[in-house]
Amino acid sequence: MPVAPDAEVKLSCRNVWKVYGNRPEQFFTGHDGNLGSDAQAKAHAQEIRDSGHIVAAANVSFDVHVGEIFVIMGLSGSGKSTVVRCLSRLVDATAGEVILDGQNLLAANKRELIEFRRHKMGMVFQNFGLMPHLNVIDNVAFPLELQGVPLKKRREQAQEVISLVGLEGREGSFPRQLSGGQQQRVGIARSLAVKPELWFLDEPFSALDPLIRRQMQDEFLRLQRELHKSIVFITHDFLEALRIADRMAIMRAGEVVQIGRPVDLILNPADDYVREFTNDVPWEMVLTAGDIADGTRGFAPGMGHISADTSVATLLPYLADHDAGVMVRGADGEDIGAVNARDVIKALASGVDNPALVTD
Amino acid sequence: MTSETLTSESAAGTASGPALLRAIQAQPAPFVLFALAVATIVLYLLGPHAEALVKFPDAWVLSPTAVMNDFMRWFVDLTGPVFQAIGWLLEWPVKGAQWLLAALPWSVTTIVFVTLAWIASGWRLAAFVLLSMLYMAVIGYWPESMNSLAIVLISVPMAIVVGFGFGVLGFYSERARRVIMPMLDLLQTIPAFAYLLPILILFGFGTTVGLVASVLYAFPPMVRNTILGLRAVPPEIVEAGEMSGATPRQLFWKVRLPAAQNQMLLGVNQTTMASLSMVIIAAIIGGTNDIGWEVLSTMRKALFGESLLAGFVIALLAMALDRITYGFAKRDRFAAAQAAGLNPWLAGLGAAAAFGLLSLVVPALSDWPAAWVYNPAPDMNAALEVFVVEWRTWIEAIKNAAFFFLMLPIKIGLAKAVSPFTWGFEMTTPVIAGYGALVALLAGWAALRGRLTLAAGIVLAGTILFIGLTAMPWLTLAAIIVYAAWTTGGRMLALGTAAGLAFLLVAGVWPQTVLSIYLCGVAVIICFVLGTLIGVWAAQSNTVSAIVRPIIDTLQTMPLFVILIPFVMVFKIGEFTALLAIIAYAIVPAIRYTEHGLRNLPSDVIEAATTVGCTPRQLLFRVKLPLALPAIMLGLNQTIIYGIGMLVIAALVGTNGLGQQIYIGLGDGDFGVGMTAGIGMAIIAIIADRITQSVSRRKQEEYGLTATVI
Repeated sequence: MPVAPDAEVKLSCRNVWKVYGNRPEQFFTGHDGNLGSDAQAKAHAQEIRDSGHIVAAANVSFDVHVGEIFVIMGLSGSGKSTVVRCLSRLVDATAGEVILDGQNLLAANKRELIEFRRHKMGMVFQNFGLMPHLNVIDNVAFPLELQGVPLKKRREQAQEVISLVGLEGREGSFPRQLSGGQQQRVGIARSLAVKPELWFLDEPFSALDPLIRRQMQDEFLRLQRELHKSIVFITHDFLEALRIADRMAIMRAGEVVQIGRPVDLILNPADDYVREFTNDVPWEMVLTAGDIADGTRGFAPGMGHISADTSVATLLPYLADHDAGVMVRGADGEDIGAVNARDVIKALASGVDNPALVTD
Repeated sequence: MTSETLTSESAAGTASGPALLRAIQAQPAPFVLFALAVATIVLYLLGPHAEALVKFPDAWVLSPTAVMNDFMRWFVDLTGPVFQAIGWLLEWPVKGAQWLLAALPWSVTTIVFVTLAWIASGWRLAAFVLLSMLYMAVIGYWPESMNSLAIVLISVPMAIVVGFGFGVLGFYSERARRVIMPMLDLLQTIPAFAYLLPILILFGFGTTVGLVASVLYAFPPMVRNTILGLRAVPPEIVEAGEMSGATPRQLFWKVRLPAAQNQMLLGVNQTTMASLSMVIIAAIIGGTNDIGWEVLSTMRKALFGESLLAGFVIALLAMALDRITYGFAKRDRFAAAQAAGLNPWLAGLGAAAAFGLLSLVVPALSDWPAAWVYNPAPDMNAALEVFVVEWRTWIEAIKNAAFFFLMLPIKIGLAKAVSPFTWGFEMTTPVIAGYGALVALLAGWAALRGRLTLAAGIVLAGTILFIGLTAMPWLTLAAIIVYAAWTTGGRMLALGTAAGLAFLLVAGVWPQTVLSIYLCGVAVIICFVLGTLIGVWAAQSNTVSAIVRPIIDTLQTMPLFVILIPFVMVFKIGEFTALLAIIAYAIVPAIRYTEHGLRNLPSDVIEAATTVGCTPRQLLFRVKLPLALPAIMLGLNQTIIYGIGMLVIAALVGTNGLGQQIYIGLGDGDFGVGMTAGIGMAIIAIIADRITQSVSRRKQEEYGLTATVI
């Protein structure tokens, strides 16, 4: 469900820096993290590191559009959790701006911040962060309780989201009586209880078993189809990112390495670091017919028609039997170009690092 | 290894100056220990010629007692009325509670506590509490028990409030914590007796002393557990609270506090136990009609039957309070809330009310009828008399053997302890030479195996045993302790130790200190050897563990006084009795930590060792014991702390150390004497604590394991 690029921007993260150390402010006098160019930012980050400070986030900038799933992917220590905490101000950024609906969050005072969190933001945590002393329904109703919503009303609202995440019947259970998957459903329900517009998920499925993780990803996508939240999703799992992201950013050592649609990253990795991740990706699952269509070839007799967003994997059986290939048709109904078996093999071959040495 | 071969080579070959120097630099321990032994012998032989180095000269003593007393007098003059007023205020709640517990029919009080026990843990504990309370009534100690309980019931909430306040302060402010933590250390290491004294002086005789002392003694665990609990709240839960839009106040009351609740309830449990033990100890100032006084006064009159029966009441009170508060800390509130059926709170309240009304009609339910009282104490005294007379030879034999062959040699040295009267021969020159040869032989054997430090240690130990702790020149004894601190904890610890020892010397309590070290040292060594053996055994055998566990649990909850009673009954007053009592109490952690350490090793290491073909014996000696060493060292640490704690109590049955000084100070109302001894005790405790802690910590770091105080 890709978002049109011209959709309204919900959250804008601009030149955000987080520096740990003795006196981090000293590096941001006279400018608010915006150094003009990427090269200058890089040089500045190195300068800060050389002085013995730790740069957890360096010049991080991206936009999240309304209804978009924006994934930040990176290995541990890459600064992705720091970034999401700067967005929610669980951690105060050293410099930069976080604009939510035209207001700079980083300039908000405590009172305003609490209001933002109470009404506009929801957050899901890796290890769930459930209140051990509250049962499921009270955990979900907890944000409402803090707002002073009367008991009956907040229970009703909590009940709604509990149904939404499929936990009916477990309302009276306590967190430690639930499995990991169920606990995270509670975490998700709690974060949705206040009907936030902006939804942060910090490695929500990383603590779960692979099978459950897969199931929860599907659940998450289903929820998003219903709810259309603007989402920042943190993960260290590249495949998870590919599955759910509309757009994604890859981070390393506090810096954003590349931002783009999953397929852009795969087809045009910015550097070797990104390419490393794409190596294990089953390309046929990611590539669509539209991505590999050859626009120079027109329609030929014997060709069938297929829509551009068809994944290459599902096209394989047809191509195996039809040498002439297939004509790809775009969303507007116009033909884009042809695809045959050789095109598919070529596209897949471009991802092979170590081709076999064939002897004569 | 290389340095050891180096040293043995240089020792065997021509020991040229620089080579020897390099060897000393590479591995100084054996040389330092050996030098200390030599210095000790030299000073000992010089004796009369270097008196100032052997016995700390009186002229150098600058006793702080007079200054302390002056200060206290000035302070009392200044603030007396304030404390009198506070004392007067504090007396009211205690009196109220005592009046209430006296006025309530015994049946109602019993039902209330049985209900609490039932809710806390279930019917087993309820039955135990019921039997305990019936015992108090049957034996005829109901009013005394209730008086003690009343002070506990008032002091615990006060200690909890104070402890919680400091805990929260310490949690939020790093600076506050840096002040609070050492304060707690001090409050918990100064023996309880010692701070009865200033309280007594400030508040005057009365129940307030017990109350104030017990609050002071009982609030530190609450502080520690509050800080620990609040700190242990997972950061994600706090973040989840923040993201839910909690204000700082909500974040504390609705997120941190509930999440830290269980740890804090453990604090309540420890606070209750500490409070009870202090209430009992406070009875020593007398004038109160409570159960602690009952134990003490009967013990002084040698009415051991009564003493034991009353002591048993204290033990039952302690166990009941411990299990009830522990039960509440560990209780599954949520399961309990979900369980359908009779609400135990309501049921208990109903039953109490019913019995309350019934007791208006049936007097026997209100006041325990005299006819139902059965006190077997006289019979017990008679039986004890018979036993002691019957077994006199054995009892004397055990006592004398321990005294002449173990305690006396360590105390005054083989040089004086060996006499024809006790050992059957005299310390003639050939005997001394033989002893020297034996020590040399042992040391030589160790040295040949390349263990030079052990060899030097043997020489030093042999020297100390010959001279005796009390006759050790103060200079070398202090040097040995400082060196131990330096090798284990580094320069800071050594400096602190030196300063502490200097205080003891200058304050003029060095002889008493040495006596305390001697008694406590002997007890700790026995505890450590015996306790480790039992702990190993209990770790290997579930049956042994099942037998040992309840015994050590009981010993640990037992108030210190009570442990004295059986030993005094059989062995009468004396150092040997004190030793046994200290051992009985201080052996608990030695056993517990050894078993715990051995049973909680990482299972993959054990599995790996088993797969490479370890026999059970190899597994124990080559894998388990070395890995459990940090835990065992921590056990030693706790053993020492327990031993020092009991040392003060044991002064009641006749010892001549710092404990006795505290006791004298308390008896004479001499603040300076009591406080100096109390501080001295704390100094010893802190030095011993830091040294053993750092050994344990170093081992933990080496192995990458963690051992925690359990």
